Amino acid sequence: MLILTCPNCGIAADETELHADGQAHITRHGAGASDDDLEEYLFMRNNPKGVHFERWRHVYGCGKWFHAARCTMTLEVFGTYPAQTLEPPKDLVAKIKKKRPDWEGFVK
Amino acid sequence: MSNAVTALNGAKYSGLIDIADAGLMGMITLRGDLASAAMAKVVKSITGAKMPKPRGVEIAGKGSVAWMSPDELLIMIDYAYADSAVAKISSALAGEHHLAVNVSDARAVFDLSGDELRDVLAKGSPSNLNPDSLPIGEMRRTRLGQLAVAFWFTDDSSAKLVCFRSVGDHVFKWLSNAAKPESSPNFYSAMR
Repeated sequence: MLILTCPNCGIAADETELHADGQAHITRHGAGASDDDLEEYLFMRNNPKGVHFERWRHVYGCGKWFHAARCTMTLEVFGTYPAQTLEPPKDLVAKIKKKRPDWEGFVK
Repeated sequence: MSNAVTALNGAKYSGLIDIADAGLMGMITLRGDLASAAMAKVVKSITGAKMPKPRGVEIAGKGSVAWMSPDELLIMIDYAYADSAVAKISSALAGEHHLAVNVSDARAVFDLSGDELRDVLAKGSPSNLNPDSLPIGEMRRTRLGQLAVAFWFTDDSSAKLVCFRSVGDHVFKWLSNAAKPESSPNFYSAMR
């Protein structure tokens, strides 16, 4: 069971109250982008064993999007943060780095 | 004018808890900047209630206001007053980015009461119904079974529940089934 705290309404929401939407912080290349950029945007996803940054929506609650950092191997949740950002907050990255010294760091 | 009826049309069930159609209630969805002074003013003039804190429900003489999301309120007033209240909001917030819709006929409202209320709701919702986590007067939007609902406790043993009108009958049957006598898990009620 996965419980994420929605930063928009403060509810510690059960996984069944949320909707997952894959990798966060993707640059959305649009019309006029090069083939390589478009391919990257559409198909290329990081899939490390360990720390992931994901988009979630509190679909049965406040209906808002947010981001979560968690480990896909241990299911440990490092934290959640608002979606209005291009990269994870520095203190969260530092916290993960402390817990996972071998982690390569945030990769876009 | 047509004769307005609720989705539940006066349905009642009595078991572990009492479930009843709350009757016609005026409901307005208001979206916009909740920090706006003009919005606080018009909400106050319609309901008499002040702006709710996140997840809060403010109850006053003329009506109540519930916080639904960082940019959404649910205003609850007399059924007959809803249309003119929407007009009032639209003129008060003219020039500000907002949305006000009369959703009175798009929702079903339940009155729930009984000592086993938290146990019955917990059968279908993943929300933490411990009184410390969900105190009286706090709105909880969640799911019941597979349906989106919102409920808030008005005192120790009563609550109001709102869902979409189209699933009102299903939610009534779902709650009635969950409230069958002698089916209580006695978890929250044992804490009382």
